[in-house]
Amino acid sequence: MSIPSVGGASRDGYGKALLRLSEDPRVVVLEADLGKSTKSCHFRESFPDRTISMGIAEQNMMLVAAGMASSGKVPFASTFAIFTERAFEQVRNGIARPGLSVHICGSHGGIHTGTDGSSAQSIEDLAIYRSIPKMTVVHPCDDLSAEELTVQLLGIEGPSYTRTVRNKVTRMYDDESKLDLKIGVGSVLEEGADVAIFACGVMVEQACNASSTLSEEGINCTVVDMHTIKPLDTELLSKLAETCGCFVSAEDHSIIGGLGGALSEWLTTNKPIPLEMVGVRDRFGESGDTSDLMHEVGLTSEAICKAARISINRKNAS
Amino acid sequence: MDGAETDRISELEEMARRCRMDIVKMTHAAGAGHPGGSLSAIDCMVALYGTTLRFDTNNPDWEDRDRFVMSKGHASPAMYALLHQMGVLEESDLLSFRKLGSVCQGHVDMNWTDGVDFSAGSLGMGLSFGLGCALSAKMDSSERRIWVMLGDGETQEGQIWEAVMAANYHNANNLRVIIDRNRIQNDDFMGVQMEIGDIGGKFESFGWNVREVDGHSMSDIVDAISWAETNELGPTAIIANTIKGKGVSFMENNPEFHGKAPNNEEVEIAMGELS
Repeated sequence: MSIPSVGGASRDGYGKALLRLSEDPRVVVLEADLGKSTKSCHFRESFPDRTISMGIAEQNMMLVAAGMASSGKVPFASTFAIFTERAFEQVRNGIARPGLSVHICGSHGGIHTGTDGSSAQSIEDLAIYRSIPKMTVVHPCDDLSAEELTVQLLGIEGPSYTRTVRNKVTRMYDDESKLDLKIGVGSVLEEGADVAIFACGVMVEQACNASSTLSEEGINCTVVDMHTIKPLDTELLSKLAETCGCFVSAEDHSIIGGLGGALSEWLTTNKPIPLEMVGVRDRFGESGDTSDLMHEVGLTSEAICKAARISINRKNAS
Repeated sequence: MDGAETDRISELEEMARRCRMDIVKMTHAAGAGHPGGSLSAIDCMVALYGTTLRFDTNNPDWEDRDRFVMSKGHASPAMYALLHQMGVLEESDLLSFRKLGSVCQGHVDMNWTDGVDFSAGSLGMGLSFGLGCALSAKMDSSERRIWVMLGDGETQEGQIWEAVMAANYHNANNLRVIIDRNRIQNDDFMGVQMEIGDIGGKFESFGWNVREVDGHSMSDIVDAISWAETNELGPTAIIANTIKGKGVSFMENNPEFHGKAPNNEEVEIAMGELS
C-alpha cells in the first residue's frame, strides 16, 4: 500500500462517480435541496436536463425515483442520511418491494458530521436499510473507494443505500488499489492472526491506527474495510473466524443493527466466537468538533485497541 | 350525442356493470377486500381504458404504453375486474384473490400482475410514482401519458401535496389524475375523520387544470377525459364525485363496506341487483 494521503470526503467520491456514470444515458440524479452538500451538484452543472430538483420533500423524491426506475431510468437520489430516514416507508414499500433499481445516497452520516448536532447525525441508517429485503447497503471509508463503489452500483439489480460522510479523512486507497474493490467483498487491508477488526466508514482509519498500536504490543491484527454491510461477505467471515478466532467491529453507527449487529447475527448462528463492538452505545450525539465528539462517544482507535484486547482474552479463556 | 356515441357509452356502461359483478364475486370468494372503493372508482377506470388509454393486452410491458397508476391500491378488485374483462386475467385468477400464490394480491402489485404498473397498498405514494413516470416520458420525448387514480381519503397524506407542487413546477403536462371523491375513508365519512374540503381548488392553487364531474355518468366522464387529453399546459386533475359502493344498494354510501366482503346472503342480493 502506498503512503496514505488526505483526500476528499466520501461525499466527494460520490459526486465524482455520478459524473463517470453520466456516460450511461439511463442515469438520472434527484436532489432534495442538498445537492451542494451531497455533491450531486457537479452532475447538475454538467447535465441539468438529467437532474431533477425535488425541493425539500424526500418522500416524494423516493417515489418519483421509483417511477423513473419503472420507466427504464437508473435514478441516483441523494440527501442527508438522516433525511432519507424520513422516507423509510417510501423506500421500503415504493422502491424495494417492487425491486426497483433506485440508488439512494445518504450523506453526512454518523456522529462524524459534527457541529450540527444530534438531529443531523444519523446513527441508525445502516440498521434500518439492512433490514429491507433485496437492499444493498454500502458505507465506503474514503473518497476513492466511494467513487469506485458508487460506479459499481450500476451493475447491481435492485435498490441500494450508500452512506457517505461530510468530512475529509485519510485515504485508505490509491488510484490503483481502489480498482480491487468489489461490492459485497470485504477489503482486507492488513493481515494478522490474533484478531480480525471489521470496520466501515471513518472507523477504517481508526482500525488501521489501532492495528499499529497493537503491533507494538506484539498483537497482530487483520483489518478489513467492510464497505458492504449487505450482502455480508460471509465467505470472508468464515475464513477469518478460523484464522483469527475473535473479532472486533468498528463503526460510526449504533451498535444495534449495523455492522456489529450483522457480524453478531452471523457469528451466533454459524461460528460462535468472541465479538467486541465499537460503535455508538444506544445514545444520541450532540454538537461539537468532530474529534472531540468521536472521543466523547467512544469512536477512537484507543477504543478499538481495548476491544481487541478483550476479544483476544475472551478467545484465550474459552 | 349521435347514435354511435350513444352505443359506445352503453358499451362502456355494460362493461362497468360486468366489472361490478366481478368485484362482488371476488371479494365474496376471498372473504375479504375492499368492495366500496372499487365500486366507486370503476366507472372512471372503464371510461379511461375504454377510450383513450393506450395499452396492448398481448404485450402488457410495451414500453410506450400509457401508464395507469392505481394509487388507491386497496381498490384492487376494480383493477382485477377490468383486467379480467379485457382478457388479461382469467375468472380463476379473480377467484384466487388474496390467496397464497395468487396473481391477484391483496393490493395491486406490478410484480405479480400483468397490466399493473404500480405496487400500491400504502396510500399517498402513487402520484409521486406517476410523476416519475411522467418526467421519464418527457425526457425520452415519448408520447406516453400517465394517469393516476387517487382516493379522496389519501389526499390527507402530505406526500400527495409534495407531488402536486412538484408536478406543476416540472410542468408535467403528460400527467393526469382522477380523484375518486366518494367522501368515505376506512373508519367513517371524511367529514367525521378529516374533511379535505375543496380538493379541486387546492389543486388549482398549485397550478393544475381541474374539472369536476359526476363520477358515475359515463358520458360526463368520457367528456372530461377527452378534455384532459387536450390540456398542454400543466398537469390535470378530474374530481369525480362518486358514491362508495355504487351499484349495490346496501353498500352505497356505507362506510362498513370500505373493507368488508359481502357474506353468502349479501352476495346473492348484490348479484341480483347487478344482473
